Amino acid sequence: MEEFVQHLLNGLNLGAIYALIALGYTMVYGVLQLINFAHSEVYMVGAFSTYYFCRWFGLGDSPGWGTFVAALLVAMFTCASLGLFIERFCYRPLRGSPKLNVLITAIGVSLFLQFSGQVVFGADPKLFPQVLENQILFSVGAIRIQLFDVTILGTALFAMLSLNYFIEHTLTGTAIRAVSFSPKHATLMGINVNRIIMVTFALGSSLAGVGSVLVGLKYPKIDPLMGLLFGLKAFVAAVLGGIGSLPGAVVGGLLMGLSEEMVVAYLSSTYRDALAFGILILILLVRPAGILGQIRVEKV
Amino acid sequence: MRRTILPLAVLASAFVLGCTKKSTTFDPSSTATEIRIGQFGSLTGGEATFGQSTDKGVRLAIDAKNAAGGIKGKKINLITEDNQGRPEEAAATVKKLITQDKVIALLGEVASTRSLAAAPIAQQYKIPMVSPSSTNPKVTQIGDYIFRVCFIDPFQGPVMARFAFNELKFKKVAILRDLKSDYSLGLAEFFIKKFKELGGEIVSEQTFQTGDSDFKAQLTQIRGTNPDAIFVPAYYTEVGLIARQARELGIKAVLLGGDGWDSPKLFEIGQKAIDGAYFSNHYASESPVPATQEFIKKYKEKYGETPDGLAAAGYDAARILIQAIESAPELTPSSIRDQLAKTSGFEGATGKITINSDRNADKEAFIVQVKDGSLKFVTLIGP
Repeated sequence: MEEFVQHLLNGLNLGAIYALIALGYTMVYGVLQLINFAHSEVYMVGAFSTYYFCRWFGLGDSPGWGTFVAALLVAMFTCASLGLFIERFCYRPLRGSPKLNVLITAIGVSLFLQFSGQVVFGADPKLFPQVLENQILFSVGAIRIQLFDVTILGTALFAMLSLNYFIEHTLTGTAIRAVSFSPKHATLMGINVNRIIMVTFALGSSLAGVGSVLVGLKYPKIDPLMGLLFGLKAFVAAVLGGIGSLPGAVVGGLLMGLSEEMVVAYLSSTYRDALAFGILILILLVRPAGILGQIRVEKV
Repeated sequence: MRRTILPLAVLASAFVLGCTKKSTTFDPSSTATEIRIGQFGSLTGGEATFGQSTDKGVRLAIDAKNAAGGIKGKKINLITEDNQGRPEEAAATVKKLITQDKVIALLGEVASTRSLAAAPIAQQYKIPMVSPSSTNPKVTQIGDYIFRVCFIDPFQGPVMARFAFNELKFKKVAILRDLKSDYSLGLAEFFIKKFKELGGEIVSEQTFQTGDSDFKAQLTQIRGTNPDAIFVPAYYTEVGLIARQARELGIKAVLLGGDGWDSPKLFEIGQKAIDGAYFSNHYASESPVPATQEFIKKYKEKYGETPDGLAAAGYDAARILIQAIESAPELTPSSIRDQLAKTSGFEGATGKITINSDRNADKEAFIVQVKDGSLKFVTLIGP
């Protein structure tokens, strides 16, 4: 029982991070119907920006809340800027061209960032700076509730709730929903669609930044290819929950993290990655729109 | 979609890169003024320090030889290729070294998986290959041109098992091994067999895969069985993370491992969590053997740092190869091969090396302990 609860905790933690990355995929899909494959590399660059920031300012040796928040802000800012840059120079020129072209561009940007990352940052794994000191808050039997676990869950939850508030209760958020509903009608209502798309990219990418710091906190090994599998799984989580749906991304992410943890615990680590894609196939067969997704009628 | 495009793009870029260098026609046996030796290793990637350390050791040996006039008046030209820690890349670079650079002998690799990928190619072209530190027994079984200057896992595994059972008095051990690594699987196998034979109990067997960063599920399972120690035959990056997560989960069991742990990065990643762990190694810097101390002195003079075991193994591999080339009656791969097979009682930095009939080295293993970010010599265990 104790073991099960511990697995549950570990899974929730992993799931919360997947959810953050999945939100980025789902938001961009919502407004552009584009699967932004470069998103996983935005996440990778976020982790490296924090790494270099902490090195340059010597923050790696002074863990604390200040350092943690600074790391979060730096990663969010870098990711948002990179997201905007990619949107402006890679996707916007292709607006209006067939979807496949944009998709291939996304894959190209992703590969470009992965391999330039190997040149710029070096291919060997780096140790993510310790931005926060871990400690055990309390333990029930063998179950240990640690500061990292609470911080990761808390930060992820806070980021998701803020996003939810922004989307549901602000004017810009309403505009995002409008563009996602129908870009043409949104334009007719006087919404600057390009601006809204930029906001969406900035928001989604900064969530990837948050995710990158949380991952660095928990698994302090970063390398230029770290986004590849992690991003792919977050993407599966987004599809699983219903791509385009924000609550869906969160549900998908948590489900993904939990099932991965349970599979490794009670079956074998061999099936860890197979599981992600197994779930994807199953969901696509049973509910093509995902758990919380709505089937959109494609008008021809 | 992405899955298929990725390898294609990699292939295409490799092709473009590969074409930029024109192959040179070079005949090593006749008019050449230099002797070409190829080295392949993981200079980048998840096991980057393995390749870099080995390379430093190899260069130390070769530069010293060249400074002393080379072999029979010919300078040694070491051509090094990076395989980024990937087996498929190891095979490709070795093919390039043999067919384009026309090397006469090969040095490499540390990781058994990559030695196993490259060895069939060396064997096919009949180019002698000396692995400095691949310990999986299958490596030299590939063919009669494949040698190694280190001990093998059927020796290293039982050494740790004996040490854990007899010296540390451990009765219950859990295993955490890497499914993707021939080295890890083999070493775990030999450890388990010996430990059970001695009367110990393996309470849990868990697996992970190279590149994983989350080991909490496996460790939580292990925690439930309450072992005295956890044997982790893996490479340093994963070991560091495993140590951290084990301590985070409150596991107090001692960590045990093999020569794959030997890297300065182990302390950097594992930090306090790795303290107190034991592993078997090719060498210990505190060993009183004169050949070892002489190597450490030269290494420090050149690079300004204390060498790790892989640097020492690289140094030995290069020197044994140099000795074989020197004593070979003619400069042909087959002649060098015959000389390599005759190596006996070689005073290396990692101990006395004799190449046996299976082309493996007979030598002792060092047990070292991690303490405050450095390695302390514990004991020496013979065959």
